[in-house]
Amino acid sequence: MRWWQGWKGTAKRDADLARELQSDLELEEEEQREHGLSAREAHFAARRAFGNMTLIREQTREAWSWGWLEHLASDLKYGTRTLLRSPEFAIVSVLVMTLGIGATTSLFTMVRAVLLRPLPFRDPGKLVMLYEHYRHNNGGDGFNAVAPGDYRDWRSQTHGFEDMAAMRGYGGIISGVHSELPEVAQSAGGSANLFPLLGVAPAFGRIFTEAEDHPKGEPVVLLTWSLFQRRFAGDPSIIGKQIHLDTIPTTVIGVLPSWFTYPDARIQFWLPYAQTFSESDYRIHDGHQSEVVARLKPEVSAEAATQEVSAVQYGIHLANASKPVAEDVWARPMIDDLVKGVRTQMLVLLCAVTCMLLIACLNVSNLLVARAAARRREVAIRGSLGGSRLALIREQMTESLLICVAGGVLGLLLSLSSTRWLAANWRNLPRADSVHIDGWVFAFATGLVLTTGLLAGLVPAVASTGKGLLTALQESSRSASAGASRARLRKTMLTLEIALTVMLLVSAGLLFKSFMRLRMADLGCRIDHVMTMKFGLPEIQYDTPDKVMRFHESLLERVRRLPGVSGAALVSNAPGTGPQGDRVFTILERPTPTYSLQYDAMTLTADPQYFNVMQIPLLRGRVFTEHERLGNAHYIVVSKQFVDQFFPGEDPIGKHVRSGWDTNVENYEIIGEVGDTVYDVTKPVAATMYFPILSGIPNRTSEATIVAWSSGDPLAMSIPIQRQISALEPELPVYNALTMDQILGKTTATQGFAANLVLAFAALSLLLAAVGLYGVLSYLVTQRVSEIGIRIALGAQREQILRLILFDGLRPALLGLILGLTASAGATQLIRSMLYGTAPYDPAVIAAVILTLLSIASIACAFPAWRASRLDPMQALRTE
Amino acid sequence: MAKKQAPPRANLLQGTLDMLVLRTLLYGPAHGHQIGKHIQRTTNDFLQMQHGSLYPALHRLEERGWVASKWETAPDRNREFKYYRLTEMGRKQLVVEESQWQQMAEAVARVMWPAAEES
Repeated sequence: MRWWQGWKGTAKRDADLARELQSDLELEEEEQREHGLSAREAHFAARRAFGNMTLIREQTREAWSWGWLEHLASDLKYGTRTLLRSPEFAIVSVLVMTLGIGATTSLFTMVRAVLLRPLPFRDPGKLVMLYEHYRHNNGGDGFNAVAPGDYRDWRSQTHGFEDMAAMRGYGGIISGVHSELPEVAQSAGGSANLFPLLGVAPAFGRIFTEAEDHPKGEPVVLLTWSLFQRRFAGDPSIIGKQIHLDTIPTTVIGVLPSWFTYPDARIQFWLPYAQTFSESDYRIHDGHQSEVVARLKPEVSAEAATQEVSAVQYGIHLANASKPVAEDVWARPMIDDLVKGVRTQMLVLLCAVTCMLLIACLNVSNLLVARAAARRREVAIRGSLGGSRLALIREQMTESLLICVAGGVLGLLLSLSSTRWLAANWRNLPRADSVHIDGWVFAFATGLVLTTGLLAGLVPAVASTGKGLLTALQESSRSASAGASRARLRKTMLTLEIALTVMLLVSAGLLFKSFMRLRMADLGCRIDHVMTMKFGLPEIQYDTPDKVMRFHESLLERVRRLPGVSGAALVSNAPGTGPQGDRVFTILERPTPTYSLQYDAMTLTADPQYFNVMQIPLLRGRVFTEHERLGNAHYIVVSKQFVDQFFPGEDPIGKHVRSGWDTNVENYEIIGEVGDTVYDVTKPVAATMYFPILSGIPNRTSEATIVAWSSGDPLAMSIPIQRQISALEPELPVYNALTMDQILGKTTATQGFAANLVLAFAALSLLLAAVGLYGVLSYLVTQRVSEIGIRIALGAQREQILRLILFDGLRPALLGLILGLTASAGATQLIRSMLYGTAPYDPAVIAAVILTLLSIASIACAFPAWRASRLDPMQALRTE
Repeated sequence: MAKKQAPPRANLLQGTLDMLVLRTLLYGPAHGHQIGKHIQRTTNDFLQMQHGSLYPALHRLEERGWVASKWETAPDRNREFKYYRLTEMGRKQLVVEESQWQQMAEAVARVMWPAAEES
């Protein structure tokens, strides 16, 4: 209401001011008359003394507090009016900005939530993760999982950290005490001090005690909020009651708060860290599976504290010289640790949308220049009548700001839904639950709107008002060579736009080609028509090799008898399902190597028919037979990579591998060599040893994957196979029921996601560039109508005109292409780590980009050029 | 626009106009024309009063509450003029601006004529 009162007041004050000026002017006139001038002379003398009355009034009005508002209102009025005069332009520009601002805001929201926002723990800046680091054998990034024995020594022998806690990923089958539906769930083991260290208090109940954090401790479990809600209907009375975990009666002692989804949201429950080990395993220094979180002391630097732990580790290394024990300890901040997998992808996507936004800006800017050109006469006339340049610039800026504000509001709405979609569809995104729009995002979007508004509006506004007014007026009277400088400006912007588009296209092309490579990657085995399904036999009931082997055998027998199944086999993990455990070994026929040269290979277990069913070729020797089972199972089959690595140029058959696969280190004879299979399509093949699954050793073979090859739809086999399993063991749940095709799709999904998004941005940018090209060329043709008319009238051929205009449009396209290709050399460095089987200068991709861009550019140029060549010279010359 | 050939005159320093207007009003209420004429006459036409700055200045001062205005009939002419009068706040402001100006003038003098200052 105050606003309106102020407004009304302004009108009243305006009248007051007019009266004041009038009375003073009359007084001046009277005085002049008293000096002896005639009435007429006095009248003019007084006016001269006062100057421009309207200007005085305007300047005085600015002294009132409502002056700026008045300006804004009139600018807005003008802006809206001019925009509404050509609604197509307004709609296109607003849509373009909506896309640009929406996508950029979405990505910023993700980047902020995942990469920038501090972790939700107490004093998160002080949290680091500790890893073991081997000086030799530097595969991967050098950060290796920690052995429980190492962690325990670090904790008891060093003082640089306030405290350190351990955790490890684990699994488990939940079932009720009254044999309710069993369920396989991911879980984690956490040491008793983990939650206090992070500063996490349970929502209900309590956390683990030190006494419970022991291999033989009382079985207890902490539920995560999601499991508590889902399976126990959020009823706190579950605390103190028992549930069955892997058929062991376990007491529920507490529920973790709903925001605690660390290290990822799929974890369903937490066990005491020590209880995830046997008593002997809890002491080992050469089995690596844990992660260690440490909190820095306020006055100790991370380097100093890590140095101390590293020294302890070196002592452990020396004391265990024959085992794979790392020499050093490396540390990195917890947040970096959590986001390491997605950082590059996110930054690449953010760069891609920023490029798109820049292209959108340039496009709107370009369109505004075209409109400014059409209004030059108006601007020139207003300028010569005393309109200040600032006012004219401001008015044009308002127009671009209006477009950007409308685009920003719509963009924010768009990003609300697109952010949610992104967070939900981004596979394995850490901290996905913390992604939401907040004040910062809002501020970012506002900043974006203002920046883009200025960026898009300033160039055309300054350019169109800056030129000498007289020249503008003269030029528009006869426009044979009109607007050359403006055309140059537009062509420059267009070149930039095309360069950016080319950069995006090259990046997208490379990413997409990598993705296609991944999709067609050779797993080294049969992929079509194969169903896989995983299960884990509970070790309480299946505690002897005989029982495990009997289960496996009867299951295979039942599945093989199913109609439609052409072959079935057992393997610990199907190809393409991620890295499996490694095991160190020595070769009997060679002198024992020192630890640093100790051999290490991935281990799998398989049944005799596995290689046949999965079509993994036998290269040498033979595979297992039905007789190699139980006690008579000291045979292994090795992969080609294994032979290349450890027996180069030798015949491995008949040689012996010494490994502690079972409880003790024993000899295993190599009986065959088979082709390589891939555990992750993005990774190189690993040397692999296959142990016989029919040995039935509980801890080693009770977890298995059944693979079934059928002639028909493999998914249709899923239910019949599950029935066979539950016929044998009703409480045994199966999980990861996937076809090989699905496994392949799953591992490539993340790459596909990023590649598809960048490709979408690139396609949009290409469209924008095409619109820009078309716009500029149409404008040029309109500008040159009379020139073309004269040319035709003087006898120029239509083809010549066509060529002239086409070349005019294709020149900025070619320039932009060259510029963009040069710039993409830098851009591809950023995405190098995301590429697979594709070089940053892939000639096919670059050729495709050049071809696409040129054809799109030609299409965009062809229409205006064709129109120019069809001009009727008489008509053209008359238009002026 | 042709350049004017005129007796020496100066444009007012930014901000000094307010002070001059306030000082002029110390003699009593006056209307815009009188204020302008007064400043011009007192400085022997050295300071030329631009109406384009005078009226905005008056309105600015009023906006800030340093002067108040009222339509009154002039004693010598039988017509109403808008008279400006110094408020209490305006008086204080004048003291502040005067001392600031003095400091400014002294500072400038110290730089321009250092010897004179030392002797």
